[in-house]
Amino acid sequence: MIVPYGNVLLLAVILFLMGAACAVARRNLLMILIGVEIMLNAGGLAFVAASLKWQRLEGQAFVLFIFAVAAAEVAIGLALIVHSQRRTGSVNADHYNLMKG
Amino acid sequence: MTGEGQGGGASIPSQQGRGRIRGFIMTLYTVLFYLLAMIVLLSTLLAITRRQVVHAVVYLIISFMATALLFYLLGAPFLAGLEVIIYAGAIMVLFLFVVMTVRIESVEGSRGEFLRRWLPAVVLSVISLAAGGILVFEAPASRTALNTGMVTPTAFGHYLFKNYWFPVEIVSFLLLIGLVGALYLGKQESKTAGGRWENKT
Repeated sequence: MIVPYGNVLLLAVILFLMGAACAVARRNLLMILIGVEIMLNAGGLAFVAASLKWQRLEGQAFVLFIFAVAAAEVAIGLALIVHSQRRTGSVNADHYNLMKG
Repeated sequence: MTGEGQGGGASIPSQQGRGRIRGFIMTLYTVLFYLLAMIVLLSTLLAITRRQVVHAVVYLIISFMATALLFYLLGAPFLAGLEVIIYAGAIMVLFLFVVMTVRIESVEGSRGEFLRRWLPAVVLSVISLAAGGILVFEAPASRTALNTGMVTPTAFGHYLFKNYWFPVEIVSFLLLIGLVGALYLGKQESKTAGGRWENKT
């Protein structure tokens, strides 16, 4: 045995909550995106642990898709940040309260 | 690997050891797991509290490297490699490029405002952590010990393209759409910048 399954799940939960707190509390758009990345990573950790517990490969296959979604999400998110920074001159999330261009 | 059955019941083969060596290896794995977990938690905590984004990105690279080792420990060497390549490599380097491109002013305010924003997040996180911990440790499945196992990348690839070939194609489309979207967002901006330059000269 390595560890009980619950300990790995608890690690994933703590990581996820750290990412969520970062995404909620920070004002910098880049830090919000970093928080979302931490949350996705924590989800992947829980899937790998579940895959090992039930001795099935579905969890690992799902982590592959999480990686792909994270890559696409970060590409779009960073392009949006650069775009709106050039438009408004700020990366503060509080300055984006208008939906007009 | 046997890929038959309606769910494609591929199983993770357990590694067999014997005697005292096996017990020693097990305790070594346990110690390694807790060590890596501490590294992950500590570097993530440091990353989310940095004021400079560059420092946060560097701490996050450490966190993702340790998570890759955790993946390896939990029997997924292919995903460990992907974690290093995609997360610690591609995504974090992309963040660094954007940090170098974008002018970042100090958006975090004074200390009182800092506390006012972090307090609700921390309180809600602690409450969620308590609820999640109770849920996790009340379940009898959480006390079952994990056995060491290993899936070779060959077996994983066979399984993936046997059972999940269609989602793989959909994900490739998703990446293509992401590429086109990022290109569109960048292209529009460069066109206006080119127009501005023409006006200036």
